[in-house]
This record gives sequence, C-alpha cells and structure tokens, in this order.
Amino acid sequence: MYPGRFEYQAPATLEEALATLDRYGDEAKVLAGGQSLIPLMKLRFASPRVLVDINRVPGLDTLAEERGELRIGALVRHKDCERSSLLGGRRAVLGDAAPQISDPIVRNLGTVAGSLAHADPQGDWGSALMAMGGRVVARGSDGSREIAVEDLFEGPFTTTLEPNEVITEVRVPDPGPKAGGTYLKLERKVGDFATAAVAVHVSFSDGTVRRAGIALTGVGPRNLRARAAEEALAGATLDDEAIAEAGRLAAEAAEPRDDVRGSAEYKRNVVRVFVERGLRKAREV
Amino acid sequence: MAELDTAAPTIRTVTVSVNGEPRSVDIEPRLLLARFLRDTLGLTGTHIGCDTTNCGACTVLLDGVPVKSCTVLAVQADGREVGTVEGLETAEGLHPMQAAFHEQHGLQCGFCTPGMMLTAIALLEENPDPSEEEIRWALSGNICRCTGYQNIVKAVRQAATAMREES
Repeated sequence: MYPGRFEYQAPATLEEALATLDRYGDEAKVLAGGQSLIPLMKLRFASPRVLVDINRVPGLDTLAEERGELRIGALVRHKDCERSSLLGGRRAVLGDAAPQISDPIVRNLGTVAGSLAHADPQGDWGSALMAMGGRVVARGSDGSREIAVEDLFEGPFTTTLEPNEVITEVRVPDPGPKAGGTYLKLERKVGDFATAAVAVHVSFSDGTVRRAGIALTGVGPRNLRARAAEEALAGATLDDEAIAEAGRLAAEAAEPRDDVRGSAEYKRNVVRVFVERGLRKAREV
Repeated sequence: MAELDTAAPTIRTVTVSVNGEPRSVDIEPRLLLARFLRDTLGLTGTHIGCDTTNCGACTVLLDGVPVKSCTVLAVQADGREVGTVEGLETAEGLHPMQAAFHEQHGLQCGFCTPGMMLTAIALLEENPDPSEEEIRWALSGNICRCTGYQNIVKAVRQAATAMREES
C-alpha cells in the first residue's frame, strides 16, 4: 500500500511549520511519530496535500518536571515515557500506561502529543492524561492556548484543534505530595487496542481524597471521564464501600458497544472491576 | 489557496547511510522506507508482511533504533543511518545473532527472522544480559507464525552470551 501523493516539508523551525499550516489549512497534516498517520495515509483514509514533518524542529523533545508540573514535548516518544522515572510514583497512571501502548517497536517512534491529536477513541494517553487533569499547549501563528485534554476530543478522530494549530507540548499539573493510581488495560494480545481500559488517579490530603480522576478507554466514542464516580470520591475516605460505589458509577458512565472484542455488558463489567482494582492500588501509597 | 500540483510527483534527493554505505537517490516523498530498501536499493532482506504496522517483519534499525519500515517514509531517513539484515554479516562471518539463530533453529520459514534479529540486536545493545521475560517483552512487536518463539528466545540468549564474551 502506498500513500497518495503529497508535498513533503521538513521545516527547521516551529515558525516555518506554522507558516505552512497557515498557508494550507486543513489540507496540511503534521507528521510526528507517524505511527497512526502513515497507516491512515496508506489506507487512503487521510490524503493530505502537504505533510509537515516536525521531527527536525529543535526543542520539542523535552520531558521534564518544572515546579511540580510535568512537561511532555511534541516529539517525546512513548518509549521515552516508558523509561522515565518522572512518570512513575505519584504519576503511576502515566507510567503504567506507557508500556501498554501498542508494541515496543511502535513505541520507539509514536509520540504522546501525536496520539492525542489523532483522537482515537481507543487511545490510551487520552484517558491517562484526563485522569491527571492534563492539558495540551496548542500553538498557532498568532499565539498559543491551553486546552484541557478532556476538551480536546470532539469525537472519534476529531479534535478541537484548529487546522493551523500544532500541539507543542502536554502539561500535567502537580499531583501533590501524596498521590497514586494506575492504568489497567484488557487487551487480547500485545499491540491490540483495549477491549476496555481504565485510568485511575487519586491525590490525597489528610487521609482523604482531595481529587480523583477516572477515565475510560474503548467504551465510548471518545475517552470518557467518569465524572459521577470522581465526584462521589472527592473528600471521601477511600474505604471498600467508597471504592465499590465508584466502580458502580464508572460502569454506568461507560458507553460500550458489542464488537469482536466483547459484549457491551462484559466491557461494562470490566470497567467496574478495573476501577475497583485501580482505586485499591491508589490507596496503597 | 496556494498553487500546489500534487498530480505531478515531486521528487526529492535523499542521502541515507544504509549499512554504513551512503546512498543518494531521487525519490517521491510517499515512498515508504521498506519499499525504498527493497525496490530502490534491491535489499530484499527487509520483508514486508502485514503492511499495517503489526507484524514487525519489516523492522530495520534507524539510527540504531528498531522501527517498522512499512510505517516510515524514506524521506524521513534523509541524513540518517539505516541498518538492515544485509549489514550483519562481515568478512569474519555471520553476526553472533545470525549464528545463534542458525544453531538454535530459531527459524523455520525465515520470513520474520531479519526483523527478529535486528530487534534482538538493539535489545542487547541496551541490555547485554536480558532475562527470558525481557527478551519476550522486547520481541513482542515481532510476530513469528512458525517457531512458537521458544527457539528464538534460546537464540537471543546464546547470542547475548557470545556477544558478552566477544566484548
């Protein structure tokens, strides 16, 4: 399979990349890791006239903590995340998600920001980052703005990014001194998309839940936040009863469908069980 | 809208170091790295299996890192190093990984073998003494339909020992 014909540009600066996006609008596409975009182009689901390869733009590969906030640049690969200690511990939901994305070879090239921009409802980063309250920095030629990951996804493969905007980095707020979580994914085999997956993140203060983030993958037209479950946990003690109730509420928030990976009923039950397991793990910190 | 004629192919000159040898070629940007290696350079050791980023048969090393060459554009390799199975054997003979696959019967049909070996070599660069679990984890993006993986794992362990003794 071959992609359709396109004009290829590999700008040396972000300004140059943005100028090209300004010029060609939605006929241009940004190439980062290419592990979703190139397969789509080979299948001719995407046929951009211009491909803007940002891999030679300096300064986009930062993976660092700054005043408690985690910054993941546009060219940070899944593999960089898998290897970074910054994503473990209080950010275990991110650290546990990274090695479960696709397979080891795809993780060498695929990027976090690219995965978000692709907005696959089965994407793992969307849920993991939503659980931690992550935001993307969207940069256009006339400036930049921040978009909560939650507000980035409009629907399957559709985002609220403007055609002339590029995600330059992902920012994850400081989880506070005591926090835990995990990402639990049921997949048929390595490299498969999730039958269902759950991101759980809890920040604690004085023994109670300060903020809980719960998001679901593979059980809706986009990554879903289990808001009712989060609200029920806020301010609560994370005891068995609260955990069971959160699992029940999260399962209610899922919008699964029957498919080859399982029935809707089965997936909903996986969500309930995974939310309970995830909260029990978060409680261990 | 700016004028842009994508009906006519745009040709770009790329220079890629393949197995240490610089190759300068005029190509279309849509040419995939796997096709560039096989069709443009005639290096057919890089196999195309699924053509959908799943099987890993087309794995090559891009600046030493395993990538699925069916999912990389050849233009992206401009100015970079590509390593393929053809680059493994030297005047002294087979690469220790090749010798180990041979001795441990790590292949049957051989279709996945180039990708398996390149991924395994990259693993040993980082981790010269991997456990069986680490080997299986590292190779989980490369699919073999013949061996059941047992002898592939044995081969990688043998190669690891041989390469540690060598260095």
